[in-house]
Amino acid sequence: MTTSATPVKGKSPLALPGRRSVPGRVVPVIATFVLFVLLFGVGTARYDGFLSGQVVANLFIDNAFLIVLAVGMTFVIVTGGIDLSVGAVVALSTMVAAAGLQAGLPAPLVVLLVLAMGSTLGLLMGLVIHYFEIQPFIVTLAGMFLARGLCFVVGVESISIKDPTFRTFATAAIPLSGTVSITWSVVIALAIVAVAVWVLHRTRFGRTAYAVGGNENSAMLMGLPVARVKVGVYVISGLCSAIAGLLFSLYMLSGYGLHAVGMELDAIAAVVIGGTLLSGGAGYVLGSLLGVLVLGVIQTLISFQGTLSSWWTKIAIGTLLLLFIVMQRVFMRRQP
Amino acid sequence: MTSTRPLDRFRASGLLWPLVALLVLLAANAVVRPSFLALRIQDGHLYGSLVDILKNGAPTMLIALGMCLVIATRGIDLSVGAVVAISGAVTCSYIAGAGDPTGAGAAFAGMGIALALCAVLGLWNGFLVAVVGIQPIIATLVLMTAGRGIAMLITDGQIITVRNPAYRTVGAGFLLLPVSILIAVAVFALVALVTRRTALGLLIESVGINPEASRLAGLRARTIRWTVYVFAAICAGVAGLMISSNVSAADANNAGLWIEMDAILAVVIGGTSLAGGRYSLTGTMLGALIIQTLTTTVYSMGIAPEITLVFKAVVVIAVCLLQAPKARAVLLRRTRRRHTPPDPDAEAAGRPSTHTPTSAMVEKVAQP
Repeated sequence: MTTSATPVKGKSPLALPGRRSVPGRVVPVIATFVLFVLLFGVGTARYDGFLSGQVVANLFIDNAFLIVLAVGMTFVIVTGGIDLSVGAVVALSTMVAAAGLQAGLPAPLVVLLVLAMGSTLGLLMGLVIHYFEIQPFIVTLAGMFLARGLCFVVGVESISIKDPTFRTFATAAIPLSGTVSITWSVVIALAIVAVAVWVLHRTRFGRTAYAVGGNENSAMLMGLPVARVKVGVYVISGLCSAIAGLLFSLYMLSGYGLHAVGMELDAIAAVVIGGTLLSGGAGYVLGSLLGVLVLGVIQTLISFQGTLSSWWTKIAIGTLLLLFIVMQRVFMRRQP
Repeated sequence: MTSTRPLDRFRASGLLWPLVALLVLLAANAVVRPSFLALRIQDGHLYGSLVDILKNGAPTMLIALGMCLVIATRGIDLSVGAVVAISGAVTCSYIAGAGDPTGAGAAFAGMGIALALCAVLGLWNGFLVAVVGIQPIIATLVLMTAGRGIAMLITDGQIITVRNPAYRTVGAGFLLLPVSILIAVAVFALVALVTRRTALGLLIESVGINPEASRLAGLRARTIRWTVYVFAAICAGVAGLMISSNVSAADANNAGLWIEMDAILAVVIGGTSLAGGRYSLTGTMLGALIIQTLTTTVYSMGIAPEITLVFKAVVVIAVCLLQAPKARAVLLRRTRRRHTPPDPDAEAAGRPSTHTPTSAMVEKVAQP
């Protein structure tokens, strides 16, 4: 394997010797990793040039925003919630970034603005979910409509980004070796993964998130700060969506209200394929990263094949989802 | 239990707020554009903005009816949008490939095949939920993701157009009123009759409250859950026929896109709790009408259609918040009951309809 794939391989068991040494919880993550390697093996066997560093690097480059989204979604899903608004917040972030830059605002200010906006949206949704006890599904659905609608309030047409800072940042390549290079987006995405691993697996906040997902009432009776964590995960998800939106605007170099349609489903699919239970209480950030990579490999395989149409991606993702859900049932034996 | 006075019973039914919202929307339209309420008859067809709302809202209504029963069993069906696309794709590609693409025979055969396939998809969803025991939201997410791919596979990624008068009747025909709304109302009447005049509605609600207890009480919980998913898929299939026949084309990419969200919204706005165990078919129909009226309002007021979403979000949040204190009161009472006798404060704090699922059930049992 190549340089970028090795750290993933090395990190995967890193989450294992932690507090949770129950093998059943780790099996889905290992299965995802095996699947990733298998899919990559299939590609290597069938197509010339598949086994190259740049193909792996491209997996990260083309999915940097999805990695960030999936990380945020992992937090929410671990607490037993769901966030349907992430795709729309990505679109809104690209739109606000593009419109802000077009209006002549300096790039750092635009970035701060977008991050603040994403976190605020997440905060509002979290507050409504926790204090009014409305299902996360409905609240984030409303958030999704709101964010998509706001995109079109900003502008109905696509706005291209011409700001030199953004363009240089977007196109700058970081050479890893002679032939392999990545972009800054990948570095940001991996940094966020690292931070998320630390927060979810090594801090009190993360432990409380698992406790809330396991049983909210028990968590409350144990005196854990349930409210703070439950609202906090939506803020994290909103912030991650905003960051993903910025990465996406770097990737597309434009802002548009119809960007990232259905991306929330990709993010949820990646998290589920990564072994996180939708009922909450179990899951790993690195699993979600692997989930995104599996989706990425499928897309790469289909584009290498050339004759397969893009809708096969959807069918493949659906089938994988099914496989993993059934596998979860077998390993977890938890009631829905 | 509740008072027998009609007004109180109406308030207790939870239909008050949705009805108020609908009337406010209609009134706002009538004020801004007086011609809004006008109806005229031309060539034996009824025309007017109100008829348009009914016609365009019919698919959402139909899907929402199916969704309502699924949600009543504490489930959810995210795959209906994909089923809509598949249904249209199957019918149009069958008609386009038939020996006589304009004949009624081809149209009926195509629709029959499409609905049969939709029933199979419903069986699949129901199998995953009721037999394998996967959470409904994920089980149907599978078909939601894969379904649109399947629809694209059927149409080969093309938009298939057909010219078939018989098929066109389903979505665009008139029998004084649009045929589509007549179908939706007929299904509504049928469902209301079957679930509310027999014990079936009660059984569905009891499965929603506690599937395991219902099974131990001798209900066929598994069969009931399975059936509602099949019903939801068939409803989505018929809605798919309406949508594709209205434009005489099958667009696998965009037909029924986000319609599952609209349908869920309609159900929730209509006062059905996503936690299951209680449902209102009339409320669901009102919810679907509110959503469609909102969309039409935005169009007719000359606001960019894309911004409809903002209004939708506002309505959803408003309606949910109006219903939220009720949920809180119910929850408070439940938790307090474990320690102390029922608190009169919690009773008084409740919104018009403070039915806990159990009280709703007791009331229904009490009714002859």
